[in-house]
Amino acid sequence: MPHDHHDHPHSLLPSDPALRVKALESILVAKGLVDPAAIEAILDTYETRVGPHLGASVVARAWAEPDFRARLLADANAAMREMGITGRQGEHVVVVENTVATHNMVVCTLCSCYPWPLLGIPPAWYKSDAYRTRAVREPRKVLADFGVTLPKGQTVRVWDSTAEVRYLVLPMRPAGTDGWNAARLQPLVSRDSMIGTGLPHAPDRAA
Amino acid sequence: MTRPHDMGGGDGGRGDAGPVLPTPDGFSPYDQPWHRMALGLTLAAGGLGAWTIDESRHAREKLPDYARLGYYEKWLAALADLLVARGLVTPGELAAGLAAPASLSSRALTADRVAGVLALGAPYVRPGPAPAFALGQRVQTRAIAENAFTPGGHIRLPAYAAGKCGRVILSHGSHVFPDRNAHGQGEAAEPLYTVAFRAADLWGAAEDTGDEVTLDLWQSYLCAA
Repeated sequence: MPHDHHDHPHSLLPSDPALRVKALESILVAKGLVDPAAIEAILDTYETRVGPHLGASVVARAWAEPDFRARLLADANAAMREMGITGRQGEHVVVVENTVATHNMVVCTLCSCYPWPLLGIPPAWYKSDAYRTRAVREPRKVLADFGVTLPKGQTVRVWDSTAEVRYLVLPMRPAGTDGWNAARLQPLVSRDSMIGTGLPHAPDRAA
Repeated sequence: MTRPHDMGGGDGGRGDAGPVLPTPDGFSPYDQPWHRMALGLTLAAGGLGAWTIDESRHAREKLPDYARLGYYEKWLAALADLLVARGLVTPGELAAGLAAPASLSSRALTADRVAGVLALGAPYVRPGPAPAFALGQRVQTRAIAENAFTPGGHIRLPAYAAGKCGRVILSHGSHVFPDRNAHGQGEAAEPLYTVAFRAADLWGAAEDTGDEVTLDLWQSYLCAA
């Protein structure tokens, strides 16, 4: 029986999801279980303050400062704290570095684990059945969906986030950026390059 | 036991799962306007502290309509089920879509605490046994990806990696063990490792020699190989 009210009371809610969320909101606010101002404060956090620009600031600094890069790879959370970056879904971060030998790519096949304090809320494709199904088995075909072809000889390592460890890819610094400081490098760091489904932008784009 | 959430490699490489559809850089979480409130409501209700992350994941995984529901639809359905399971909301209130007004609960996450709670997070490292496996050691995963304590219960070993050999590449100390914690059986912390597998060992044929997949696995999923 697909709609068992005893085990799965959610089926009592309206079937239209927009109405369903409204009904739940009305109930929880009326009962004093959620504070409407807290909902807005949470959403404001991820809409305006916590997002991929934070991950990009970490990557750009790692490109510009070899000492910081070393600290980031050794203990990512300590290095992030230096920049004031902490938070839920990022309590145990590991930064994995792309090299000419290895390209890293991150997925969560079981749900949608993602380093929120560095990248914010995951994009729809990261949570999609297609990505969760295919990324571990055919990462190169998935990369092709993003327009990325890896050079011959570069192996792929896919990190399936099955626990509370969160992974951030440190992409390779684009050629033609010698002498650039972190502020100038940061716009080159795309969100997808930190998940491993993309590469950083070329320097001419941000000139 | 059907585990529709356990998707890794599930289309057999035949392409049934369809293409991945990239989205523009930057902020893009809401495909539908109601996704915004689904996200905010779920996180705010999580602030009640009435369930753990493992209980919340399990509530989503066991939805009978999991495969049919969209991402935030799963969140809402699991949220409603958890609220009723904890006695915070009644089935009658869900059916009516409203409830009698009450003052703000002392358990509710208030706006002034949001920034602190989000920034603090909740670490999952706990005191626990010393690791049994060393970096570089060959290990084999359990043959069947099933919860060893609760039949049909929560487990974080994907089916595609069951019964496979790999090598330990990272050791994370002891972490809360989801197979226990998702079922109210305590945190039962165990050593957690990152184990690297040859893609060819997982899939029979890899896209390229040398490609690897890593998973984060608790000690009781593993034995020495």
